[in-house]
Amino acid sequence: MAFRIIEHAKLERNVALLGVFALVTVMIGGLVQITPLFWIDSTIEKVEGVRPYTPLEQAGRNIYIREGCYVCHSQQVRPFRDEVERYGPYSLAAESMYDHPFQWGSKRTGPDLARVGGRYSDEWHRAHLKDPRAVVPESIMPPYAFLAEKSLRTDDIVAQLTALSRVGVPYSKEAIAKAAADLEAQANPDADATELKKRYPKVQVRDYDGDPTKITEMDALVSYLQVLGTMVDHKKAASQQVPNEGAAK
Amino acid sequence: MTYETARHFADSWGLLSMTVLFIGLIGWTFRKGAKKAHDEAANMIFRDDDNG
Amino acid sequence: MEKLVMRGGVWLFVALLLLLAAAASSDWAFSVHMSIACLAALIAAFASGKGFDFLSQRYPVLSADNASKYDDDLIRFGLIATIFWGLAGFLAGLYIALQLAFPALNLNFEYTTFGRLRPLHTSAVIFAFGGNALIATSFYVVQRTCRARLAFPSLARFVFWGYQLFIVLAATGYLMGVTQSKEYAEPEWYVDLWLTVVWVSYLAVFVGTLMKRKEPHIYVANWFYLSFIITVAMLHLVNNVSLPVSLVGSQSYSAFAGVQSAMTQWWYGHNAVGFFLTAGFLAMMYYFVPKQAERPVYSYRLSIIHFWALIFLYIWAGPHHLHYTALPDWAQTLGMVFSIVLWMPSWGGMINGLMTLNGAWDKIRTDPIIRMMVMSLAFYGMSTFEGPMMSIKAVNSLSHYTDWTIGHVHSGALGWNGMVTFGCLYYLAPRLWGRERLYSLRMVNWHFWLASAGIVFYASAMWVSGIMQGLMWREYGADGYLVYSFVETVDAMFPMYLIRAFGGLLYLTGAIVMTVNIWKTIAGSPLRQEAPMTETPYNPEADRPAVAVPAE
Repeated sequence: MAFRIIEHAKLERNVALLGVFALVTVMIGGLVQITPLFWIDSTIEKVEGVRPYTPLEQAGRNIYIREGCYVCHSQQVRPFRDEVERYGPYSLAAESMYDHPFQWGSKRTGPDLARVGGRYSDEWHRAHLKDPRAVVPESIMPPYAFLAEKSLRTDDIVAQLTALSRVGVPYSKEAIAKAAADLEAQANPDADATELKKRYPKVQVRDYDGDPTKITEMDALVSYLQVLGTMVDHKKAASQQVPNEGAAK
Repeated sequence: MTYETARHFADSWGLLSMTVLFIGLIGWTFRKGAKKAHDEAANMIFRDDDNG
Repeated sequence: MEKLVMRGGVWLFVALLLLLAAAASSDWAFSVHMSIACLAALIAAFASGKGFDFLSQRYPVLSADNASKYDDDLIRFGLIATIFWGLAGFLAGLYIALQLAFPALNLNFEYTTFGRLRPLHTSAVIFAFGGNALIATSFYVVQRTCRARLAFPSLARFVFWGYQLFIVLAATGYLMGVTQSKEYAEPEWYVDLWLTVVWVSYLAVFVGTLMKRKEPHIYVANWFYLSFIITVAMLHLVNNVSLPVSLVGSQSYSAFAGVQSAMTQWWYGHNAVGFFLTAGFLAMMYYFVPKQAERPVYSYRLSIIHFWALIFLYIWAGPHHLHYTALPDWAQTLGMVFSIVLWMPSWGGMINGLMTLNGAWDKIRTDPIIRMMVMSLAFYGMSTFEGPMMSIKAVNSLSHYTDWTIGHVHSGALGWNGMVTFGCLYYLAPRLWGRERLYSLRMVNWHFWLASAGIVFYASAMWVSGIMQGLMWREYGADGYLVYSFVETVDAMFPMYLIRAFGGLLYLTGAIVMTVNIWKTIAGSPLRQEAPMTETPYNPEADRPAVAVPAE
């Protein structure tokens, strides 16, 4: 009798069998849901314009993570009319393909930041990060004045880009080798940024923190905020953003 | 394998095998003769109660 | 003796390595962490020199004078650790709740911003409070149901203290900004590796004890504990695959990016709820509710179906955290469907727990500990209904990103996990210390009502603020424009945030009442002089209509 072989009574008396059966049972769902995402092509449709972050932007992203910004800010505009009108075109999978890990968030105690780049001036960001209530009186965001004082740690930037390239971000050998120079060049309007601009199309070069004497964490964070959502030309990508239910009119 | 083939499999054989498995497991738990063992198992925590 | 010396030597060597790592690093946070770990290794070296349990030898109250034939020293530590971390976690929660109402409480100080304290709160309650409760109760239950002492006693001690070190490293890391930014998996790579070592040891102790059992049958609570341990190991290993930037630095990059990273994270995140906070706590329910009620579980067959259905279905539900995102639609739909199906085993388990009281419902009136457990099951039922509802895409489009989710999580965490843990602690304290009963049952009653009222304030405030904000975000005026700016929706939530903080305060107060009660129980204070908890005697004086009855 087939049933005899897998009698539950046996399972109830054999730890190893119980453990293995339990493990197999809990593996199925994950295998079905996660693994296809790595090989089904349509998961991430190619979009023009998405590039890896510059060293300065990546450093800013690390500060964004360090300070737990993701706890209160999402980076994922959903395809609803109100969200598209409030925040901009809805998010595409390709836009976070170099985000290790993703920063989609789960809670909007503050507004979505997926398309915050270019919406406000650097000066606004600085004032807002230093004292949110000076700019938005009703805001409940914590103040981050210390960012403007802290010099950005740059000695490990090559290691940073190396690690990223090892997990799949397509930084060229040159981009890694010259990471420190690239970082410097992006925050200093007087520096020669031709190479940087060649490596990172449409990169914005300027002194983000208004303090030309040093590169601070504020420089890095603002440069990251200012690039969010700006890489893709949404007029060109429009064919992919066919609205479904409740999306933009 | 593309999304389409995966989808077709899930809609047909995948669904069928899960349903059969589910019904089989329920039937097997409630099979005759298991009641006594189950009652015993449920009460085993009350035997030898001296140590809490 | 030789063995002890060797153990001490190994720990000293580890301490030396950690000291070198601390010195070699140019990353301040990493150095701090290595120093903490070095200190821990030195303590371990000292402890193994003294022989294990030197603490309980030094403080006799920790070893108690009960005649248990089981290895209970660790469980006594675990009970104290659970209460300690619980208080810390609730206090952190209250503080960050107040920060959302009064942002000045961020103190304009790097280490006390909401962004850094929030993971401190979540990890403290889930992993420190919940984790210690799970480890302590699992060691208690597995010994009793196997009628065997813990396998590998020194490894079991390593599990307990190693887990405390994990908590300290994680918590101090958050304050210093060391995080992977994956919710509920924030600790960085080296802390993850440490937890892996601890967890595998935990599995070894648990399975080892099961193997040496003197009882042929493995009681159902152990199945739930076992699947919790195995699944958490799987989730932890997969979700934390990452590459450190430097071997002497705290930072790492996840192996996954974008969509895959989101899916893996919420597969992990949802099943941290499913296996840490559900399967593990159901194991507690399956042992302690029948024991406290003094009757077997309602249906043992149902418990078998409950087990397999729950562990199979839970794993699929993760994508409901990613509705309407860039995750492919098929995955979202799968997540939604399985979340709804999951309602059934969840309620099957709840009914099984509640119906255990069938025929003894009067205990809810007379036994405040049973009342606590019943309330926890009621909240379990409520949040496992709310969860599937919120996973429906149409509902989720409103609820997602709002406080509704926060309310849902807390009705589960405060109501289900908190209350059932309190019930178990009340069950365990007098038994572990060989006391006649708890110091005070009235205080349990106070705790029950403070906690219940706290949850009601908390959950209803979050329902209102969540649904209100969700509706305000999408409200259009007659002119065809959005009515509210984002910050207006933030401003509107202020009163709700105050009510929420008040609910949290009540809950914390209840936990303090419990701490006093258990403290007095452990210390062996004479029982509190109080009116006994019995049925209300009939009083003909009081038996008159509350409202005047009109003349016929």
